[in-house]
Amino acid sequence: MNRAWLPLVGFGVLVAFLGIGLTLNPREVPSPLIGKPAPAFTLPTLAEPDRQFSVDDAKGKVWLLNVWASWCTPCLEEHPIIEALSKKGIPVYGLNYKDKEAAATAWLKRNGDPYLLSVVDPTGRVGIDYGVYGTPETYLIDKQGVIRFKHVGPLSPQVVERTLLPLIEKLRAS
Amino acid sequence: MAEQGPTRMAAMLSALLRAPLRALVLAAGLSAATIAIAQAPAPDATPIAGIARPNAQDPALEKRVIAVTKELRCLVCQNESIADSHAPLAVDMRNEIRAQLDSGMSDRQVLDFMVARYGNFVRFRPPLDWTTIALWFGPALLMVIGLGALVTQLRQRRTLAAARSVPALSDTERAALAALAAGDEDKMGNR
Repeated sequence: MNRAWLPLVGFGVLVAFLGIGLTLNPREVPSPLIGKPAPAFTLPTLAEPDRQFSVDDAKGKVWLLNVWASWCTPCLEEHPIIEALSKKGIPVYGLNYKDKEAAATAWLKRNGDPYLLSVVDPTGRVGIDYGVYGTPETYLIDKQGVIRFKHVGPLSPQVVERTLLPLIEKLRAS
Repeated sequence: MAEQGPTRMAAMLSALLRAPLRALVLAAGLSAATIAIAQAPAPDATPIAGIARPNAQDPALEKRVIAVTKELRCLVCQNESIADSHAPLAVDMRNEIRAQLDSGMSDRQVLDFMVARYGNFVRFRPPLDWTTIALWFGPALLMVIGLGALVTQLRQRRTLAAARSVPALSDTERAALAALAAGDEDKMGNR
């Protein structure tokens, strides 16, 4: 091959790398928590502040923990999908993240409450334990309380159909 | 007009070559000025909301907080450190780190705490392993390849130039050249 083509080949390689880079989402940070036990917490519920909920209370179920807030616009966008999951009989628990109680309650009243219950994390301390960096975030936790899947940002129908539901089926069977 | 072309080009070329030299002199001057500024007493740090700044209550602790938070990436605004970021998450993480350091945890333990939750991506200097090997050595490798290519290219050019070197002018050619310079077209001989 003619040596004169070398720069063009180099350029082609560069373009290929940059092209692949463009298709990746830099906001999607792989969670080190996959395959690890869900970090323990005991938090008051939004509906009844006297009632506490802890991760262990959901043991034996395959369940979703959805991090949401009334100030979070993508959460509203995601809301119908969470409702559909809930209607399918999948237990969805909410983690109300860095929110005001009144605003959160009003949000659920206005948009509908798909959650079995929501726990409140006004300081975001439990959020740090879960590696939350952008709401909404959704965690799939198995019967043993191990995190199996995490999605950052609003769930899309594609993610639900292709990844989440098959994984839930599998985890339920085991 | 046509004769001026090469002359002007030569002037431009020499100006171009001189530019880096001038830039170098300017840079040297500037850095000398910077050193002078650095040696002047620092003005009082003005407090800016949300930015980590030394806390008068425990300067030693604050210094450690800043050192650790500078190592950690803010995941909301990814190219800023937690120390620099105004994002609410960064503020929360700073507070958490301050509390942890205050409770007696080592810098290492605090970093590990954050890595366990947010992954190695949270560190600006991720540990060396198989997934980060290209990150650590890639730039140096590219530099070596680039320099190697440059050196071979320059060497080749030199050998080529030596091989192609034009033999010295003959006496008749020299005479013709002198005649041309003098503007005497009759004495130009052959050609």
